[in-house]
Amino acid sequence: MVKYYCCAGMLKSSWDQVCVAFWQRYPNPYSNHVLTEDIIFREVTPTNCLLSRRLLTKTSRAPRWMEPYLPKQMSSSAYIIEDSIVDPQKRTMTTLTWNISHARLMSVEERCKYYINPENGSCTEIKREAWISTTIYGLSRAVQEFGLRRFKNSVTKTMKGFEYVLAKMQGETPSRTLTETATERARGTALAAKEKAKDLASQAQKKQYV
Amino acid sequence: MNSVGEACTDMKREYDQCFNRWFAEKFLKGDQGGDPCTESFKRYQRCVQTAIKEKDIPVDGVEFMGPNKDKPES
Repeated sequence: MVKYYCCAGMLKSSWDQVCVAFWQRYPNPYSNHVLTEDIIFREVTPTNCLLSRRLLTKTSRAPRWMEPYLPKQMSSSAYIIEDSIVDPQKRTMTTLTWNISHARLMSVEERCKYYINPENGSCTEIKREAWISTTIYGLSRAVQEFGLRRFKNSVTKTMKGFEYVLAKMQGETPSRTLTETATERARGTALAAKEKAKDLASQAQKKQYV
Repeated sequence: MNSVGEACTDMKREYDQCFNRWFAEKFLKGDQGGDPCTESFKRYQRCVQTAIKEKDIPVDGVEFMGPNKDKPES
């Protein structure tokens, strides 16, 4: 039995910026559980799409009730693979992430699609789907509930991590209350720009008569 | 960020720097010219693939986008 979950998110940055940030998202203040990151395969296809495989090591935290099911030599790190296809022609990126360790106990597969927000070309939509399952008979419900809870948690951290890295890339000072400060700053910037434009316009007018 | 192979971290960072520049300035802009990072990539891969084997990380035989095969397009 597989638990399916789907959600959508949005980043207030262009698709290009999000793709660039995608390769630079580790480390960030929300990714302390990510221990290592490696590209282990990369290729540009004849149709100019970028294929990549990234191997991640993350700390593995299992709840107490799972412990009897963990083999004695189970490591405290989990290995995750993330495959991705970046299509600069279509302006889409598709990623598939899944764990290659602890997989019989709990398997989490996540597919994401990053594309330009159809209503706002300077924003990026992320459609996220996850499939959570276990092969251990009798644990389905517990594993799915635990897995889903943890997955939702990690989605929040992922989005915050992205926002942090994007802010840094754009020369802003990132903070934990990024959305709030970003909104305020945007308002302030818009106001300042308006004032400056008025100023320049009146100066230009004055110059005409000199 | 560290590599899974402790000895590979410097090579990884060197490759990442090259890649990030090429990705933003050439690839995303539709420039289909050559990849300037092949040398640093080869060096890095030699190191990291060795580390993967030493640590017995089960990456072999995993098809690209493998688990996607049995999932419907939504």
